[in-house]
Amino acid sequence: MPSSIKAATPPSWYKRNEIAVTPWLFLLPGVAFFLLYVIFPIFQSINVSFYDWDGLGEAEWIGLGNYEELYWDDAFYVSLRNNLIWLVLYLLAVPAGLFIALFLNQTVTGIRLYKSLFFFPFVISQVVVGLVFTWFYDPTFGLLNEFIGLFGLGPINVLGDERYVTYGIIAAGIWPQTAYCMILYLTGLNAVDPEQIEAARLDGAKGARLLWHVIIPQLKPATFIAFVVTIIGALRSFDLISIMTNGGPFGESRVLSFYMFEVALSEYGFRMGYGASIAVVLFLIMLCFIAYFLYSMYQDDKGGR
Amino acid sequence: MFPRPIEHSPRSWQLTYQAMLPAALILWLLPLLAVAVFSVKPDADFTTGNYWGVPSSFNFVENYGKVFFASDMPRYMLNSVLITVPTMIGCVVLSSMTGFALGVYKFRANLWVFFMFVAGNFVPFQILMVPVRDLTLDMGLYNTKTGLVLFHVAFQTGFCTLFMRNFIRALPFELIEAARVEGVAEWRIFWFVVLPLMKPALAAMAVLIFTFIWNDFFWAVVLTQGAESQPVTAGITSFNAQYRAAYHLMSAGSIVAALPPVAMFFLMQKHFIAGLTLGAVK
Repeated sequence: MPSSIKAATPPSWYKRNEIAVTPWLFLLPGVAFFLLYVIFPIFQSINVSFYDWDGLGEAEWIGLGNYEELYWDDAFYVSLRNNLIWLVLYLLAVPAGLFIALFLNQTVTGIRLYKSLFFFPFVISQVVVGLVFTWFYDPTFGLLNEFIGLFGLGPINVLGDERYVTYGIIAAGIWPQTAYCMILYLTGLNAVDPEQIEAARLDGAKGARLLWHVIIPQLKPATFIAFVVTIIGALRSFDLISIMTNGGPFGESRVLSFYMFEVALSEYGFRMGYGASIAVVLFLIMLCFIAYFLYSMYQDDKGGR
Repeated sequence: MFPRPIEHSPRSWQLTYQAMLPAALILWLLPLLAVAVFSVKPDADFTTGNYWGVPSSFNFVENYGKVFFASDMPRYMLNSVLITVPTMIGCVVLSSMTGFALGVYKFRANLWVFFMFVAGNFVPFQILMVPVRDLTLDMGLYNTKTGLVLFHVAFQTGFCTLFMRNFIRALPFELIEAARVEGVAEWRIFWFVVLPLMKPALAAMAVLIFTFIWNDFFWAVVLTQGAESQPVTAGITSFNAQYRAAYHLMSAGSIVAALPPVAMFFLMQKHFIAGLTLGAVK
């Protein structure tokens, strides 16, 4: 085609607006999908929480009725309390992960394999972790009771005792979570500036002081991510409870996410509206954290391009 | 390097450290090792109460044979594969596009769209449960693998977009500008300039999604029931009901169910860890 003709035809609308239009074309399928399956359902759930609905028949508007019922519901407070215990104890995975990372941050033969094997628990599904720990705690043959039996103690039925059950499940959850935090810190330790460490050592800093004043500040990005994933993980806890105790004994190991599922989708009845109101409470708790995470990401982003 | 490299410390401490490593590892993996031992024990050991002694015979073939040939386990495994692999592909396709759009272009809504993906990704599953289940029922996809795949693709796109966008941002922007000066169409820039550079990110994301989806339990319970569509995480509970108190078979079943992500991890370790620790260093 001769170039004179090409220059004569005005560029098409798309050509003129290419830079403005292209991102939206690329975003369209992903955003549409995400809106349909994630964003709209959040609002639908909030809406459902104002109705009395069994999932099949007519939904009846009851305003704040579900929330009022929650206010008087003892099981709700047990779940809320357990959620708090989860949140606090689960965070132990962060220092535990740092501790193991420090232990493994050496260069001896086979250390790579050791690191991978320490990471192992994170890769297997929580369902299997739950089963494994159920047997570990078993009062008749579990390793735990074999072990404390050596000291003439026990047997204790961790998962059958309302005093211990939540702690027992949390311990099972901390195991893979620690592995995750460990890998974050191992990567972080790799990137710590060696010159700063040498300088601090020349100044006579060592051990815990060096760790606290020089290393930990440099590990800040890893710590931030470790906190994010651990908090999210703690509030999402469902699989382990469902597998290990199914909420029992006497509902003492329930958390909000499990209680919601139980109310809305189990043999105890299909109370979608009531379930949705529990989910909304959980969502509001999570929202505080989400807002904080987004805020720190926004601060970060302003510094970037 | 911190802590001080072990080579610089006295010989005695080096030896102690070398001895502590395997001991700590065994302690760390003890619950898993116990299950591995269980899975090769014969039935008789459990009835005679020989839980922790040496297995009276090595029944690897019998136990695992039963899992593979006399139960629904292969079916569940196949379902898991048929759910996991399409989800992986769907996520990679969608999020390389969204990540490209958010990572390369400057427009006013950019940060808002990005934050929508990030925030949605952190939301508790329970707030989506009732509407998503309804939506899936309305589309006639309840109790199908497709229904599960569609949801997983949509939800994981949030995480993957975060991942992809940050990765693309770190690419040298001059490459894209140079291509624009040359008059290359935008979609060609995506296809011929950006996508080839994204290969490591695509690999990292694919292995992560594989693990997440393979290990998903909640949505499998909410959106499916029965052996024709349930993945192995949900199937293992009915497997366990079938073999109640047959600990050797339940152990073998658990190990089989856990194996694919483990294999994936060991094969693609570099990518896996690169994906998980994205953002852990500045």
